Amino acid sequence: MLQESSEPGWISEEVKTGTTIIAIEFDGGVVLGSDSRVSAGETVVNRVMNKLSLLHDKIYCALSGSAADAQTIAEMVNYQLDVHSIEIGEDPQVRSAATLVKNISYKYKEELSAHLIVAGWDKRGGGQVYVTLNGLLSRQPFAVGGSGSSYVYGFVDAEYRKGMNKEDCQQFVVNTISLAMSRDGSSGGVAYLVTIDEKGAEEKCILGNELPTFYDH
Amino acid sequence: MERKYMESQIKGVSTGTTILAVTFNGGVVIGSDSRASMGGNYVCSKTINKLIQVHDRIFCCIAGSLADAQAVTKMAKFQISLHSIQMDSPPLVKAAASILKELCYNNKEELQAGFITAGWDKKRGPQVYTVALGGMLLSMPFTIGGSGSTYIYGYTDAKYKPDMTKEECLQFATNALALAMGRDNVSGGVAHLVVITEEGVEHVVIPGDKLPKFHDE
Repeated sequence: MLQESSEPGWISEEVKTGTTIIAIEFDGGVVLGSDSRVSAGETVVNRVMNKLSLLHDKIYCALSGSAADAQTIAEMVNYQLDVHSIEIGEDPQVRSAATLVKNISYKYKEELSAHLIVAGWDKRGGGQVYVTLNGLLSRQPFAVGGSGSSYVYGFVDAEYRKGMNKEDCQQFVVNTISLAMSRDGSSGGVAYLVTIDEKGAEEKCILGNELPTFYDH
Repeated sequence: MERKYMESQIKGVSTGTTILAVTFNGGVVIGSDSRASMGGNYVCSKTINKLIQVHDRIFCCIAGSLADAQAVTKMAKFQISLHSIQMDSPPLVKAAASILKELCYNNKEELQAGFITAGWDKKRGPQVYTVALGGMLLSMPFTIGGSGSTYIYGYTDAKYKPDMTKEECLQFATNALALAMGRDNVSGGVAHLVVITEEGVEHVVIPGDKLPKFHDE
């Protein structure tokens, strides 16, 4: 599987966050997680990128797909949410943020190839996770996305339980990302975690050697 | 989400499938789903058996083009019997796997089928070999294959332990198959499991409604 190429991938290939992203609700907030690898073809152009992007104080989104498209959508929605929250005079709802992302994804669905998972906390609905793939909007108890997510569908289906608390959710997210990184060539590096609850958002970075390891045959 | 679906490029009937084989303390469990599909849309058979017995204690599971797989296993069965008569003893699992590998490698341009060979022999006990598409042969403690296997890499990496008991192993294999069938649209039907030990061969069939259910079902 060796390819003959006279120039490295980062010159000609599109930059993608082929990735693993996950978000999960618990009673009182959400936990978001992602890996940190950005690839252009076979080259890793950034091994420490934080794919958990702030949309508002207590609303984050996780980026996957084309890096440029995803970052642009996140920046646009960040701006639109700031304006919106000034207009309504209070913190925006997570559903509003997700709708703004969905509107852009749907309107430009032919041109864009990015999938954002929106998650956060608001006082009306508590912790919420929304998927906006291809322009649909759907609330789910948890969501996985990115190229690495295929490998962990079985694991999350088996391990998810309703009513997990904050620490269980964090462990679940770290385990899932760790498993996906070990199988997906486009995911790797470190794991970023963001826990959002009533008090605010807490960011955490777990280095590669501190990630859980599983049976390696 | 750009994923290459190998099975959809196969003309005719394919076993878009989930197959696995797992060693435990004293034997091996080999399992598969039972769906045969054409073009990813039409299910030709809901109850096909993908576990082919090539010798008393050696089984083979097939993935990929059904026609190719059946032709290869028929040829392999004949060659393994001949080999066993010449050696005047039951064949080694490695020998059976090698015979399959030779057939796959020498005809790699025309064939599109992958195999898992598993069984028990007196020299090395329970063994699992995977013969990949181009003819690579690898021995492993457990292995998964077919289109549905993508979704359970995370689960099997997390849950496999060496030296399980027979019951634990059956539970592990059943769960893995159920999870893959739940996510892969070209895997489904019933779960076929075969337990091979020194004493003999035991066939277990688990109908779809008796498979373990997970959180969203």
